[in-house]
Amino acid sequence: MKIVLSATGPGFEAAVDERFGRCPYFLYIDSETLEIEATDNPGEKASGGAGIVAAQAVADKDVKAVLTGHIGPNAHEVLSKAGIKMFTDVTGKVREAVESFKSGNLKESTGPTVAGHFGKGPRV
Amino acid sequence: MIISIASGKGGTGKTLVATSLALSLSENHRVQLLDCDVEEPNAHIFLKPIFDKRETASIPVPVVDEEKCTHCGECSRVCVYNALAVLKTAVMTFPELCHGCGACAYLCPEKAINEELRGIGVIEIGRSGSVDFVHGVLNVGEAMAPPVIRQVKKHIFSDGISIIDASPGTSCPVIEAVKGSDYCLLVTDPTPFGLNDLALAVEAVRSLQIPCGVIINRSDVNDSQIEAYCDRENIPMLMKIPLDIEIAKLYSRGIPLVLGISEWKDRFIDLFEDICACVKQEAI
Amino acid sequence: MKEVVILSGKGGTGKTSIAGSFAALAHSKVLCDCDVDAADLHLLAMPRNGKTYEFWSGQTACIDQEKCSQCGICQDNCRFEAIAGFVVDSAACEGCGFCSHICPEEAISMTENLAGRWFISETEFGPLVHARLGIAQENSGKLVTMVRNEARRIAQEKDLCYIITDGPPGIGCPVISSLSGADLALIVTEPTLSGIHDLERVMGVCSHFKVPTMVCINKYDINAENTRQIESMSQDMGSTIAAWIPYDNAVTEALVRGIPVVQYSKEGAAKYISSMWLSILDQLTN
Repeated sequence: MKIVLSATGPGFEAAVDERFGRCPYFLYIDSETLEIEATDNPGEKASGGAGIVAAQAVADKDVKAVLTGHIGPNAHEVLSKAGIKMFTDVTGKVREAVESFKSGNLKESTGPTVAGHFGKGPRV
Repeated sequence: MIISIASGKGGTGKTLVATSLALSLSENHRVQLLDCDVEEPNAHIFLKPIFDKRETASIPVPVVDEEKCTHCGECSRVCVYNALAVLKTAVMTFPELCHGCGACAYLCPEKAINEELRGIGVIEIGRSGSVDFVHGVLNVGEAMAPPVIRQVKKHIFSDGISIIDASPGTSCPVIEAVKGSDYCLLVTDPTPFGLNDLALAVEAVRSLQIPCGVIINRSDVNDSQIEAYCDRENIPMLMKIPLDIEIAKLYSRGIPLVLGISEWKDRFIDLFEDICACVKQEAI
Repeated sequence: MKEVVILSGKGGTGKTSIAGSFAALAHSKVLCDCDVDAADLHLLAMPRNGKTYEFWSGQTACIDQEKCSQCGICQDNCRFEAIAGFVVDSAACEGCGFCSHICPEEAISMTENLAGRWFISETEFGPLVHARLGIAQENSGKLVTMVRNEARRIAQEKDLCYIITDGPPGIGCPVISSLSGADLALIVTEPTLSGIHDLERVMGVCSHFKVPTMVCINKYDINAENTRQIESMSQDMGSTIAAWIPYDNAVTEALVRGIPVVQYSKEGAAKYISSMWLSILDQLTN
């Protein structure tokens, strides 16, 4: 299954970035083969609507699930509409997060986990 | 003639000056006051106008006709505000991010986008005695003041004297309010904060090529630095309002200075004459 | 790490004097001035060894007069009335780029704006992050966000306990950016009808963004009736009064000398500001 993680760097050893819309990298990973592709997040430097741009970019790549820290209301709306599952409160290294996902230890989120402007403000 | 009242620093007395100037001139002139501090409008507290008209301040936002939309993504690509998201089978709009530029509707190859108005504030129009009064009030939680200011300024009348009360600062809402004025009064207080922010405000007003003069409010023993600055920059010092507990008390109760202490009326009439002289000189 | 943002709605109620005093009172903190279009905290904190960074944000349309055929399509379609005589008024241009897409001659390009500068300085009270938005620039919210991110980064790096943020007046874009995600908003008001009116609106913004508030009534003794009204309004809106600060000339005297009032005096306003900081610490730890 193709999944995507918000990350602070481009490889498996990077940390999961708690911000979805404003993270620097998206890592697209095939959870079976562990094939990995890193891209910049087009939302990182957006003036506004970071979550929207980020979610649209992710949806264009046909991923089935997003693993991240927090998701704001706008990104949540786009991702749900695109039928993408969201796993939030994910922390630690990308490699560990993918393992947890495969072993079914992550919880799927049902609503936005933060109010708007979360990543736009400072990191918590 | 359009006179705007601005200041870099907040709370220096813009509204005190704007309301007293409007009241003083209204006996012999046709005067209107436009409160363009739409984030925190206060002039109505002093003038207690009776409003007889109310408009919604709005911006046009996109509405997509799903029947016509082919999800080509052009609207999302042209929107620099990221107010549209296009997925393979759906399109979504985020009106609170839209600035109303109209690019998406115009550029949609299927003509699938119409625009509807989204309210972001209200404009109220009325009278206070013989002063015509207009103000804009930005809705709480909304970020964009300039469209509301633009809508207030549509009510400027072509004859008579229009007095504009601007918001503090030097960024886009201030520029939007002050732009197009014949003269700008800058109100400051004689503190290091007042001086620092006055210099910023002067820079902003000069970038618009509008002549300006300074009023010191809460004037006291510390005026000399402001005076030296104005001398150096060749900016006229038009009025000083002293640091006075009576003036502060009137202000706290929402009573305009010229109604509380009537001898100020003549000083504001003189101020207007000084402004006219400056504007005339500028025109030569 | 906890962040307190100081707001007021109405300008000139004493935000910066109080922020400067907190700078002197708090241990282990970074200072952050989010009033990016009229920053004043540096006048009390006397920064030195500042590092300057450029802030690039937004775009402005630019018409290539060689290519322009003066067809007028751009002028007719610009909603911001930013093009007149085939020249762009950069103060009015919102950078939407609409004109650049519709120009049949492809004569319009969008150029990046140098929208301001931001600084990291050292002060006797600790690090200060501040900024200066370019005259007539937009996107002050984004610059505020950068300043706050930088303050947060420094606090993390140096393991500091508090971020003290001096906010801008108003309720619009830069206020929203100063507020989101803060631990507490201290709203400084004064007992004037204008102060009350603006307090209610800025508290509305805080509750909209779910940031808890405390209210400081500055010069509470200039109008007893208005002070009572602020007290009951604060209670109704689920807030508490952090301090009642008396009118005190020492506040202006300290300002003129360029030092926080708590370093200038131990009595009057200074005394109440000191105990207010303790109430805030209490609130932050609960």
